[in-house]
Amino acid sequence: MGIMDQFLQQLINGISLGSIYALIALGYTMVYGIIKLINFAHGDIYMVGAYIGFFCITVMNWPVLPALLVSMLLTGILGMLIERFAYRPLRSAPRISVLITAIGVSFFLEYTMMYFVTPQPRTFPSILDDAAYHIGPFVINNQQIMIFAITIILMAILTYIVQYTKVGKAMRAVSFDNETAQLMGINSNRIISVTFGIGSALAAAAGVLVGIYYNSIDPLMGIMPGLKAFVAAVLGGIGILPGAAAGGIILGIIEALVSGFISSTFRDAAAFAILILVLLFKPTGLLGKNTNEKV
Amino acid sequence: MAIMLKMDDVNVFYGAIHAIKGINLEVDQGEIVTLIGANGAGKSTTLRTISGLLKPKTGTITFEDKIISGQPAHKIVEFGISQVPEGRRIFANMTVMENLELGAYVRTDKNGIKEDLKRVFKHFPRLAERKKQEAGTLSGGEQQMLAMGRALMSSPRLLLLDEPSMGLAPLLIKEIFEIIKDINKAGTTILLVEQNANMALSIANRAYVLETGKITLSGSAKELSNSEDVRKAYLGG
Repeated sequence: MGIMDQFLQQLINGISLGSIYALIALGYTMVYGIIKLINFAHGDIYMVGAYIGFFCITVMNWPVLPALLVSMLLTGILGMLIERFAYRPLRSAPRISVLITAIGVSFFLEYTMMYFVTPQPRTFPSILDDAAYHIGPFVINNQQIMIFAITIILMAILTYIVQYTKVGKAMRAVSFDNETAQLMGINSNRIISVTFGIGSALAAAAGVLVGIYYNSIDPLMGIMPGLKAFVAAVLGGIGILPGAAAGGIILGIIEALVSGFISSTFRDAAAFAILILVLLFKPTGLLGKNTNEKV
Repeated sequence: MAIMLKMDDVNVFYGAIHAIKGINLEVDQGEIVTLIGANGAGKSTTLRTISGLLKPKTGTITFEDKIISGQPAHKIVEFGISQVPEGRRIFANMTVMENLELGAYVRTDKNGIKEDLKRVFKHFPRLAERKKQEAGTLSGGEQQMLAMGRALMSSPRLLLLDEPSMGLAPLLIKEIFEIIKDINKAGTTILLVEQNANMALSIANRAYVLETGKITLSGSAKELSNSEDVRKAYLGG
């Protein structure tokens, strides 16, 4: 395989991995946008989503699509419950209290899950055959096609909701200025809850896709992707939706190129080196802008 | 005239600070009532308490014979009260149109919303010209107009205005106050908080003077403009 072919191949791999980061990063950035909380439990929500998908496919024998939808629905509800009982009581507490609570929720999810499913990794059944297609110089397999398709569909739906629906406009209003949003008659608690629901559902989708892509899930699988998605969100500009999507894809591509051309040992280091560089040179992220308010 | 809004011995605290000390205030239907006073006297706090952003510790607020004190801010809008907050607080990252749509958030009557949009564009033709523009790019005066138009989109019977003249050039202030008069003539009752007491008294029917959380004077706008104390303290002699 020539170096160009290898590069293109790693590009495809990187976009697949990056799509998954992007789906997780969207939830991170939405929650940050609306209540300025780095929800460290978000990676574990993604793990729960993967397990729900796993049980739907293996125990219930469902096809991928219903398993994905049910996982998104249940995980979305879980996200709303976490917000309601762990974060909402701390709404007027110092931000550090909420952050510590998020870390607590993270451990709670990891070890509760471990209690029920054991720390043993589970093998996701291979539900798609491994057929690979040659499109020009690219080789792309079934799993990757599914990841691209589902990611694009979910992002399109999210964009539609946020830009054009009433609830989406309310989300943007609350995230810009919670108090003034209330003066419009917006029940900001309800909107925050919906935001957690949508963000968690996207993470669940990522969890199911990862299970299908890598075949293996375990209760601590959310830690690293959670951190990476956080990096992706910061890379794109935290609180900015297209930023999270772009940040995720860019991070995935860089990781794939580093593993392919240097060594997979440096893959994670590369991700965090990028975080440091972004914070040094453009702290607001690639798509972030300094907002000037007119008085 | 029918009493529309009544504050009865209302006390508000910011933590340990007693910001509003037993305020009694009435607004009749159809009036323009103004609340004047120095910086920090509690004018904004009074408005924020009516709109539900702050909760009174004791006392009641009644609007059209319903007790509204203790209701969350998003419910107060549904009662028919809308606030234009101090500093305009427009949604700068959204378009002018989206801001106006958010003003009508609690409503479902599509035709009524269309009618009110026309009404807002009649009061503020400049907003119509800029409806697709991002609100943050508007000038200060246009932002004030947008904040007022947005508040009108909920079709309020009582409009609370907090410092509409703040930071605006004298000519613009005149324009804004003319529009406030028009809005009132079209049937909306107005409670206006202003540091620019001259302008406020010139359009109001009645006024209250607030000093360190207490009402120290009240009466018709004419009486207060002629009162020696008010002239010295707030009208520049």
